[in-house]
Amino acid sequence: MPALPLDEAGKYVAGAYVVFVALILVYVAIIGAKIARIDRQISELVASEDDE
Amino acid sequence: MIAAARTILGKDLRIELRTKESVPAMVLFSITVYVLFHFGLDRDSLDGALAAGVLWVTLLLAAVIGVSRLFAAEREQGGIDGLLLSPVDRTALFVAKAAALFVFLTVVEVVAVPAFGLLLLGPGLGGAFPELLAVLALGNLGVAAVGALVAALAAETRAHELIVPLLLLPLLVPVLIACAQATEPLMRQDAVAEDLGRWLGLLSLYDVVFVLLSVAVFDFLLED
Amino acid sequence: MYSKGLAPLAAATAVTITAALAMVFFYAPNDADQGFVQKIFYIHVPMAIVALCGFVAGGVFAIQHLRSGDSSWDLRSYVAIHLSIILGVGVLATGSIWARASWGHWWVWDEPVLVSFLIVFLLYCVYYPLRFSIEDPGRQARYSSVFAIAAGAFVPLNFTAVRMAESFTHPRVLSQTGGDLPGDMRLTFLVSLLGVALLFVTLWKLELTAKHASMQLKRLRNERLRNRARVAA
Repeated sequence: MPALPLDEAGKYVAGAYVVFVALILVYVAIIGAKIARIDRQISELVASEDDE
Repeated sequence: MIAAARTILGKDLRIELRTKESVPAMVLFSITVYVLFHFGLDRDSLDGALAAGVLWVTLLLAAVIGVSRLFAAEREQGGIDGLLLSPVDRTALFVAKAAALFVFLTVVEVVAVPAFGLLLLGPGLGGAFPELLAVLALGNLGVAAVGALVAALAAETRAHELIVPLLLLPLLVPVLIACAQATEPLMRQDAVAEDLGRWLGLLSLYDVVFVLLSVAVFDFLLED
Repeated sequence: MYSKGLAPLAAATAVTITAALAMVFFYAPNDADQGFVQKIFYIHVPMAIVALCGFVAGGVFAIQHLRSGDSSWDLRSYVAIHLSIILGVGVLATGSIWARASWGHWWVWDEPVLVSFLIVFLLYCVYYPLRFSIEDPGRQARYSSVFAIAAGAFVPLNFTAVRMAESFTHPRVLSQTGGDLPGDMRLTFLVSLLGVALLFVTLWKLELTAKHASMQLKRLRNERLRNRARVAA
């Protein structure tokens, strides 16, 4: 027998897993931003190479 | 190495005797904190777990002051660079600084512990001895080793007054746990030591780990 | 160099975590006492274990860094600690949710894993201000490594001390992290643990690769600037 009614318990369990997923997604977003910056800087480097 | 350590230790103790900057401040601070606790807890006398907790938290906070000032002399007189350039064995430096901190803590406790017995402790200190001495000795050793390490880690950072308490206090939680738990039964009306062995054991383990660790890593600090 | 094996690792992580989630919600039975709420256990405890191992790994990498002087070990140590701190936020959040759902309070002191985690988390949060308040890069790396080693040694000591203390004030009511789980729950737990561990290693490699690429790029640009200046002069 569930100790808490299923709809109430479900919210907490869902909340915990949402925290987990959110952390992963935030982290991926940060790494994504970093990669985007690297890409932009490489483009600048290539462009200035072409200028010479 | 021992000779070098003794020289540095002697210098530090002599400076402290002359300038009296760290130890009196730590004592004064402890007594002030007892007064704060009296008003904060609204109690005239404490015993058992509460007494042990107040005593040890106060001593740890006073230790933070001592650790902050451990390299103060070197820093103020520009001596840190001198220390960095000299071929002093880093292990000797660690031993000296930890020993100095141990001495300071012991002196502070000689005043602060009886003051606690006077001001706040209900049952009186008589029943707590001699076990309390063992707890104090092993506790001081842990605080001294970790304190010297943290002082060196923070010595060259810009924000060292902030870094020292933030680093030192979490690292000392096991010491606090062991000392408070060991002292708690000593501060009851019928003071009989309980489980003293297991808490002294934990303290000893902590001390061994951190003394060895600090000796091993100190070579990488304060060098250029 | 850091990205070797990243793609298969990521694939393995995806498969394992999906399997774990499926097992948590479709395979593992409801706990007799706690009911559905106990399902949080399958995400909270693996995160805690992996984070603690991450901190200890950070210490081990730091030892390698001090022994070899090779700064790539420092980078590995930094990323491991950084990831473990992020996981740590998750541990405290999910632990708090679990406490609230199980006992009605947003925090409880009688779960030694959670309590010792709070202390470890507070300690490692000081890693960033310590690290970034030292300007010289060589010194910054060395001091960070010393911290990582001391803190890594501290983790098991702290856990032992907290557990010893809690067993006096709060006798262990919940032995959820013990080995006394029924078979299907244990299997689910192990798969979840493996999934989170793989996730950690994948994200660790990912961040290492990104950071390393960024550092290489910076060197390249500085090279070019220097060559340009030399040519112009």
